[in-house]
Amino acid sequence: MSPKTLYDKIWDAHVAHEADDGTCLLYIDRHLVHEVTSPQAFEGLRMSGRKVHAPDKTIAVPDHNVPTTLDRANAATMTEDSRIQVEALDKNAADFGIHYYPVSDVRQGIVHIVGPEQGWTLPGMTVVCGDSHTATHGAFGALAHGIGTSEVEHVLATQTLIQKKSRNMKVEITGKLRPGVTAKDITLSVIGHTGTAGGTGYVIEYCGEAIRDLSMEGRMTVCNMAIEGGARAGLIAPDEKTYEYVMGRPHAPKGAQWEAALAWWKTLYSDADAHWDKVVTIKGEDIAPVVTWGTSPEDVLPITGKVPAAEDFKGGKVEAAKRSLEYMGLEPGTPLNQIKIDTVFIGSCTNGRIEDLRAAAEILKGKKIAVKRAMVVPGSGLVRAQAEEEGLAQIFIDAGFEWRLAGCSMCLAMNPDQLQPGERCAATSNRNFEGRQGRGGRTHLMSPAMAAAAAVTGHLTDVRELM
Amino acid sequence: MEKFTKLSGIAAPMPLVNIDTDMIIPKQFLKTIKRSGLGVNLFDEMRYDGEGKEIPDFVLNKPQYRDAQILVAGDNFGCGSSREHAPWALLDFGIRCVISTSFADIFFNNCFKNGILPIALPQEQVDILMKDAEKGANARIEVDLEAQTITSSDGEVFSFEVDAFKKHCLLNGLDDIGLTLEKAASIETYESKMAAQRPWV
Repeated sequence: MSPKTLYDKIWDAHVAHEADDGTCLLYIDRHLVHEVTSPQAFEGLRMSGRKVHAPDKTIAVPDHNVPTTLDRANAATMTEDSRIQVEALDKNAADFGIHYYPVSDVRQGIVHIVGPEQGWTLPGMTVVCGDSHTATHGAFGALAHGIGTSEVEHVLATQTLIQKKSRNMKVEITGKLRPGVTAKDITLSVIGHTGTAGGTGYVIEYCGEAIRDLSMEGRMTVCNMAIEGGARAGLIAPDEKTYEYVMGRPHAPKGAQWEAALAWWKTLYSDADAHWDKVVTIKGEDIAPVVTWGTSPEDVLPITGKVPAAEDFKGGKVEAAKRSLEYMGLEPGTPLNQIKIDTVFIGSCTNGRIEDLRAAAEILKGKKIAVKRAMVVPGSGLVRAQAEEEGLAQIFIDAGFEWRLAGCSMCLAMNPDQLQPGERCAATSNRNFEGRQGRGGRTHLMSPAMAAAAAVTGHLTDVRELM
Repeated sequence: MEKFTKLSGIAAPMPLVNIDTDMIIPKQFLKTIKRSGLGVNLFDEMRYDGEGKEIPDFVLNKPQYRDAQILVAGDNFGCGSSREHAPWALLDFGIRCVISTSFADIFFNNCFKNGILPIALPQEQVDILMKDAEKGANARIEVDLEAQTITSSDGEVFSFEVDAFKKHCLLNGLDDIGLTLEKAASIETYESKMAAQRPWV
């Protein structure tokens, strides 16, 4: 047998039909659903009289629109259009008999945090969701990617996707990370290196010692932003850490099935002589704590750097950089650590897990914020509960942070959590696009520890100075 | 889905690179439970000021481009989120074809599901078509999907690549789900095999 990559193996295990031209029907093991990209898909099913093909493999949770304030049980906290979308999901989940975590359920949260937390996401699976950050689940060695609403309807109706295979790309992070450097710095640095289209047409497998050393939470952060590098999906081969994380979760296999699953999972790695269409290697020791300065996730620099000038770039990027600098209100040559911050947002499917909250709390312990507002939004109700039990919530509250309920919150501002025009935010989320966090809002992406550091100094800060 | 065969139309130039889905349709317009009506908010934050007034400099607000059916855009068009609202908004405005050097993967797929043809061409050809588009309403670009060619207003012809299956669906306006359900037997066979092999799934 010819050597295979991990992606090849998962792909081959899910082809239900292959046409002569290589177009495949890829079988989908888990379909995650949220309120924003699904209403038209369910409507399509109703209009054509179709059912959900595999309701037991379909899991829904509202996250994008839900308010994160403590009074959200009060319907008035949601705008009417948001409420209509959430109520549509309530109804669709009931009508079509799919698994559902409503807003009132303690397990509710961001779909990409709930899936792994509940054991829905398992190694070797295919996972899709009408959300580009589905790449997150790749941390388990699952082939996971975002789809559009037409494809959501297609998966609901057939449990398959029409797909052609992507190419194989290896991103290796060798050696150890330096102190203060996290999974977020890895994933941002990779995008800074390859650009936002560097992964287009590929599925990325992240490997190397620095990736192996990451916890499951860190690996989810890395894979989450594979899409920001343009890749269809990001993958990390499962290992003992993966099995340990999965074992005992509500929907993980048990007993003899666990043993059978484990035996298969242990075959899920890229063969030593597998073919790679593209390889990127970065030394772990070369990665510094980074921030973004512009309006594309590829606009990444070490915190020790300075705001670049548009002329530093080539081709179409010159115009884009000029526009970014104007939008961000930044002068070329300004040291990044002198940029003043108004707001700090810690949360999102990129960095809303328990380890992220621990890292931020570590920096905040005994300190006060020096920004206008700061909020922590746990990724799920269960993350929130655990953070309260570990005393992290109190650290945040004592420092002056708002301690919120679970949801997507200010990552995409489809809910009441939004920036005002010109407001500058240190954010642990994944996109710094124009208007992403609110019209005119200015976003700098970074790790939770770096966001916490900015919160206590009032400007972008090298977290290593506070350690 | 509406068929796409031939299109002769005005092309609007948008040379900016990395035009993302948040620019194409900002998140506040994703709260609809319908597919239609998004055209008025296409490129909303670039097209209107804070008071909702048109920004005259924005390309689609210029008289010569108000009826554009083609966009010629910079690298990596459609990067960002999976929101199908992006192609819905383009379609609702009247855009049936986007030409660029490269597209983000999910956006690219979403276009084909909605009767929009995304065409990737080498930089030098996009540059020529961009110049053509800058001429405004006097320069109509022709796209022929069957022949896989684009003809500039000067009569220069470029050929483009398109996946054979996607082309077939677009030419005939076919519904993917219907096509897949013709293969229901293969899906059932796969499912019963997996029930034995990987029962934990």
